[in-house]
Amino acid sequence: MTSGSSGLRVSALTHAYGRGDRVLDGLGLTVPEGELAAVLGPSGCGKTTLLRVVAGFLVPDSGEVVVGGRVVSGPGAQVPPERRGVGIVAQEGALFPHLSVARNVAFGLRTAGRAERRARTAEMLELVGLGEYADRMPHELSGGQQQRIALARALAPRPALVLLDEPFNALDSALRAGLRSDIRGALRAAGATALLVTHDQEEALSVADRVAVIRRGRVVQSGTPQELYARPADPWVASFVGEAVLLPAALDGGHAATALGRVPLTALPAGPAGGSATGTVVLRPEQLRLTAPTEDASARGRVAEVRYHGHDALVLVELPDGGPSVTVRAPGSLTVRPGDETGVRVDGTAAFHPGPAAS
Amino acid sequence: MTTDSSRSVRRPAAASLAAGGRRRPALVLLLPATAAALLALLPLGYLGVRAMEHGWGYAWDLIAEARTLELLGRSLGLTAIVVTACLVLGVSLAWLTVRTTLPGRRIWAVLATLPLAVPSYVAAFTWISAAPSLAGLPGAAITLTFACFPYVFLPVAAALRGIDPAQEEAARSLGSGALRTFWRVTVPQLRPAAAGGAILVALYVLSDFGSVSITRYDTFTRAIHSSYQASFDRTPAAVLGCVLVAMTVLLVLAENRTRGRAGHSRTGRGSARPPADLRLGRWTAPALAWCGAVAAAAVGFPLATLGYWLTIGNSADWDLERLWSATLATVTVAAAGAAVTTLLALPVGVLSARHRGRFARLLEQSVYAGHAVPGITVGLALVFFSVRYAYPLYQETPLLIAAYVVLFLPVAVASARAAVLQSPPVLEDVARSLGRSPLRVLREVTVPLAAPGIGAGAALTFVVIMKELPATLLLRPTGTDTLATRLWTETGAGAFAGAAPYAAGIVLLAAVPSYLLGRRS
Repeated sequence: MTSGSSGLRVSALTHAYGRGDRVLDGLGLTVPEGELAAVLGPSGCGKTTLLRVVAGFLVPDSGEVVVGGRVVSGPGAQVPPERRGVGIVAQEGALFPHLSVARNVAFGLRTAGRAERRARTAEMLELVGLGEYADRMPHELSGGQQQRIALARALAPRPALVLLDEPFNALDSALRAGLRSDIRGALRAAGATALLVTHDQEEALSVADRVAVIRRGRVVQSGTPQELYARPADPWVASFVGEAVLLPAALDGGHAATALGRVPLTALPAGPAGGSATGTVVLRPEQLRLTAPTEDASARGRVAEVRYHGHDALVLVELPDGGPSVTVRAPGSLTVRPGDETGVRVDGTAAFHPGPAAS
Repeated sequence: MTTDSSRSVRRPAAASLAAGGRRRPALVLLLPATAAALLALLPLGYLGVRAMEHGWGYAWDLIAEARTLELLGRSLGLTAIVVTACLVLGVSLAWLTVRTTLPGRRIWAVLATLPLAVPSYVAAFTWISAAPSLAGLPGAAITLTFACFPYVFLPVAAALRGIDPAQEEAARSLGSGALRTFWRVTVPQLRPAAAGGAILVALYVLSDFGSVSITRYDTFTRAIHSSYQASFDRTPAAVLGCVLVAMTVLLVLAENRTRGRAGHSRTGRGSARPPADLRLGRWTAPALAWCGAVAAAAVGFPLATLGYWLTIGNSADWDLERLWSATLATVTVAAAGAAVTTLLALPVGVLSARHRGRFARLLEQSVYAGHAVPGITVGLALVFFSVRYAYPLYQETPLLIAAYVVLFLPVAVASARAAVLQSPPVLEDVARSLGRSPLRVLREVTVPLAAPGIGAGAALTFVVIMKELPATLLLRPTGTDTLATRLWTETGAGAFAGAAPYAAGIVLLAAVPSYLLGRRS
């Protein structure tokens, strides 16, 4: 993530609580101005600590945070949270329960004149589509409405950066998709730079322009959602950002020999061991096809389990002779049942990761 | 009391913005909190300095005197009697009202908490005025027992409600009778709650000055007061004060230990069904008689005696002007004391709710020193201190207010802390990110949200200050009398009919905020 004018640049951030392990371990990332980036990681990876450091609630052991071209945290500089111009949208909105919706939104507009404050508040409420709710109290709103007001409140003072801390976590899954696109739209319309923190890969991939995957306090890969999904940096990232089929493999020229037969490789691995190394290939379930058992398929197996999702189904196929099980994404109209014999064929190419085989 | 979980139940703590390392506390909180902690520690520290003024040897001679040992015996003896009696009354009433088919259980339970609303020296006045022959140990023991047994009743009743009935059912099915089951299974589980209550009772008895003075039973507190009044050498009073504080501090430490354990044994119980009530059958009548007798002695008798003295008193006994000025003085000092105490408690309460650092904990614990120091010793220490270092303050209202602050900061801090914990800390983070300085966050978010709880704490502080006797007696400005000190003076002179209006005034004045507090919860 490199760009000339940056909304947020974090470099070499390190932090440990007390004498414990490092929660942040040389973390660095950049969010170009006007983009929505997501930080994706399992719980305990350090993403909440990162958020608190950027917002100014936590002083890191070392490293630098630059917001809108200004060093807000670094050697010799610690800007307090109230002077950073970093807005936050917390998990359940965290609206001030003693203030009306309008006064919540106007909370950050203290320095503006009254007329300007009123105009900006109305503008922000329109932006999130809740113009007629100005006089309500927070407890009279639904969870999704509260989140939209929280976003309006964060955007009102025109912050250089907005941080979103798992803002959709507390909502029903039915509400989430709609709210996600609303919030994305509002951020776009405001031209805000935003950083979304989440452990939900679907949320990160569907909302963000760019995603940084964090593990043990470091960024292990960052890129567009498509890049992450199609070319994960390693098997761990592959399984974290979606369903993945990991197969032990031996390098064989431009192919990898696996339990599903010879699979063509996307790119030859770099390095001197290009000849005959062993490792893991990563496939996505939608790259696998079920075929008739008699067909000239790459491999044969037995259906162990069918997980039906309506629009499609995930079929777990056990390969014979104690081979690995693979997951196949099949259309919802499939007819196989557990116990059926089936064939499995690979479409497209796979990435090869040298090293000890993943199980 | 409600806990902090009410508004943040669904938040997975580990992943929230508010979790993780807390930021450093702001100076606007640290400075006033440190001042409050230093003020809270001042009397205790100065008392020690004063006691050692003539050297260890002299102090030790005073402690080892036969008179001191005798006082120690009398104080501890009274404590033992009252604690035992309170355990009997408190546990039996708790069991009857929570676990049996006793008719009118709700009413008996309310009656069992009412004595908390009547200051024990008012109760002492009613007993002594009705039966002067009770003066001495019997009067003191009776008064304090009926005033203190709610301290045992309340925690034991709560523990009984939380007990899992399955264990008692198992014991019954293994062949134990109801009584045997009670002793073998139920009582051991009540031990932490009963022990905690018993320690509170002991603390109350050791610190009590008003009731033992009015019933004329010499204990440490009374001896400290008379030694201070009688002699020019203030060291004996200081030394006795130190011995008393040593005893109360030991009790507070013991109480902290039992509280920790009682809490632990209760967590995660979540008993799914309420236990079946024991059928009293032919024991119903004796049980009713027992509850009736306790309620009559603890609530009915003091009120009836008070009514009697009020009705026989004639206008000559009723110095209305004095009554009015005492009421006015009481309300004035109590309101000022409650305001200052609440103001000083706020930063400490916010710190202890929001920052778990070592320094914040130290501040909180210093403030709780007042919980362990009897009113008579705080009064004494401030008298010594002001006479030597701040003479213009001696017997002036500010010093009296300072004594109230030291004594009742724990009450106000506990309320403020609980009130602040009600709202999630993320609200304060959001306010900071929207451009507010720590002080403005406090004013615009933290305090408005905690206001109802802080207000309740202030009302509670008002009530306890209004009832305070020993420190007020030592520190009140010359010529000023509160209801409590007038009651003390009139009773001391045997003018019971003259004392009654002041006693009634205290009860009525305390009833208003108590009623408001009760309705809120």
